[in-house]
Amino acid sequence: MKPQVRSSPKASHSARPQITSISVSTEAKTLSQKVWDDHIVTREDGQPDLLYVDLHLVHEVTSPQAFDGIRESGRTVRRPDLTISTEDHNVPTEDIDKPIADEISAKQVDTLRVNTEEFGITHYPMGDINQGIVHVIGPEQGLTQPGMTIVCGDSHTSTHGAFGALAFGIGTSEVEHVLATQTLLQPAQETMSITVDGELPAGSTAKDVVLAILGECDTGGGIGAIAEFRGPVIEALSMEGRMTVCNMSIEFGAKAGMIAPDDTTFAYLEGRPQAPKGADWERALEYWRGLRTDADATFDREVLLHGADISPHVTWGTNPGQVIRLSDSVPSPDEYEAGVARDAAARALEYMGLTAGTPMREVAVDTVFIGSCTNSRIEDLRAAAAVARGRTVANGMRTLVVPGSGLVKEQAEAEGLHTIFIDAGFDWREPGCSMCLAMNPDKLKEGERSASTSNRNFEGRQGRGGRTHLVSPAVAAATAIAGTFATPEDLA
Amino acid sequence: MEPVHIVQGTVVPLDRSDVDTDQIIPSDWLKRVERTGFDKGLFAEWRDDPTFVMNQDEYLGANILLGGPNFGTGSSREHAVWAIQQYGFAAVVSSRFGPIFRNNCTKNGLVAVQVSPEVSDQLMAAVQADPTLELTIDVERRTLEAPALGIEVDFELSDSVQHRFLHGLDDIGLTLQQGDSIDAFEAGRPTFRPTTR
Repeated sequence: MKPQVRSSPKASHSARPQITSISVSTEAKTLSQKVWDDHIVTREDGQPDLLYVDLHLVHEVTSPQAFDGIRESGRTVRRPDLTISTEDHNVPTEDIDKPIADEISAKQVDTLRVNTEEFGITHYPMGDINQGIVHVIGPEQGLTQPGMTIVCGDSHTSTHGAFGALAFGIGTSEVEHVLATQTLLQPAQETMSITVDGELPAGSTAKDVVLAILGECDTGGGIGAIAEFRGPVIEALSMEGRMTVCNMSIEFGAKAGMIAPDDTTFAYLEGRPQAPKGADWERALEYWRGLRTDADATFDREVLLHGADISPHVTWGTNPGQVIRLSDSVPSPDEYEAGVARDAAARALEYMGLTAGTPMREVAVDTVFIGSCTNSRIEDLRAAAAVARGRTVANGMRTLVVPGSGLVKEQAEAEGLHTIFIDAGFDWREPGCSMCLAMNPDKLKEGERSASTSNRNFEGRQGRGGRTHLVSPAVAAATAIAGTFATPEDLA
Repeated sequence: MEPVHIVQGTVVPLDRSDVDTDQIIPSDWLKRVERTGFDKGLFAEWRDDPTFVMNQDEYLGANILLGGPNFGTGSSREHAVWAIQQYGFAAVVSSRFGPIFRNNCTKNGLVAVQVSPEVSDQLMAAVQADPTLELTIDVERRTLEAPALGIEVDFELSDSVQHRFLHGLDDIGLTLQQGDSIDAFEAGRPTFRPTTR
């Protein structure tokens, strides 16, 4: 059994104290413990805690069976006013004024529209300015706030941890549980700190930080723990950058990833449609400022990286832990411990069609995807556009730039970014998950190789037989222009 | 879910690490709005390969899936659990599971048995050598046994999950019995928390 993280036993089914403006406790706690403890509805020895859910994000893929379950059992949705819905995974990124051509996709999207209508849940359909990737719209509406518990039937829900929220992905049975009860049963988790000290070299981005973390933690280093990203490099990131880092927490197996809220967080939130206003804003700020790991709190696991060592990264294999610096060459399986790791490396090289020793800068790419819940926000598009400006994509290169939401698209167009992309030969698309997981028409074909700003390089993730390399938006744009993996500095 | 006490049977040895849920059930299959019909999608891309282990006659009828480390990483899709169950597996054994997959197993009565890497390797070799080898997974005793190998190991299963497995309980029904506590919590929530209205 995992050690119990918290030390103060509480009575069974203890009545929960009302939250005052700041968590009051004499016991040193980490950020995640503070947020967790503020959401305990019931705690019973030997049982998982029953946690209250402040926000439930719903999309078309993981919800239909949950709504069926609610209907079949004669239950109802307890808090439609704490639930928000959008369609993102299946939606096409062109011709969105026409019906969805794929009949099964169309039925899934229609099912969500019917379900949200029946249960009174706010829904943003394709074409609505507020529609977008579920993890992009929560923050931009101001629904994602520090100290909240946020869940969604999607493993990249960890994105919202960038605000100091406890946010994690759940399965469809748990989606049904949250719809019916607005709570979840959750066993205790360990705590994990991931500190990135110093500062990043010029040209390195939040995506490179999280890829470097994955190189350190591999795909399992976070299992059973909630990670807190800390240190000067993390504090210097914008909210977009922090979302990129937290987004990939699940890729090293963490339950969630969090960053303590600070003035950067508050400045992002102030004035957003659902952010607190007036006296509520002041009360919220006072509470939020207390959401920091206490100086004398300790973590069960600690990881330290030096910002100065983090140059642009790229994955070479078929899981996100198989990552190297872009300046490196394709590794040899012999560099890995004999057994599981070496076998996995050999299989990955074969699937990826790569030869050990080839410099990554010499690997040719035929598709570039800029988008996904990892990297489709305005800052990501600005970074890619800065590289694309005045340049032209390589001959034969297929490129997709897919904004994360209708609002991101509108902002990008107001700034003229779409013109920069189009002039450079990039394909400027409508918002959605798109080629991140290829549930819509945007897919890789057998053997095609992509530089992708998304989060998973699994076999077939972007289309059957497709080969995916994860990179930052700046590297993706530079690679589109060079035709082989490149950083912006490599371009003439 | 249906009660589960003992899973006994033969084993498919899937000797790969990091089998993510995209491999278990590719995303095209996630477009379905039903909870059934996922058996054909299980490992859909690998099953086209005639040499894939599940296509070997000697492993037909097995009801336990033995994977390499990091089984079920990645996406939260519960469809992965449904596909494994609907194909006919009642238990999955690995030295390490993706956390969301493992949790999803507990909601559907699929027994996820985590064993040490040494036991996993020993089982893998034994089942590859002898496809008729039987395992017994006992939910009540929290043990995995391979009598032919002299293996009997305990596995971790929390009391609450074990209780639901043995009695086939729906945890939504149990939580709804805590309605008063949920009401009390809601009454104390700060007013600055957002709504979606």
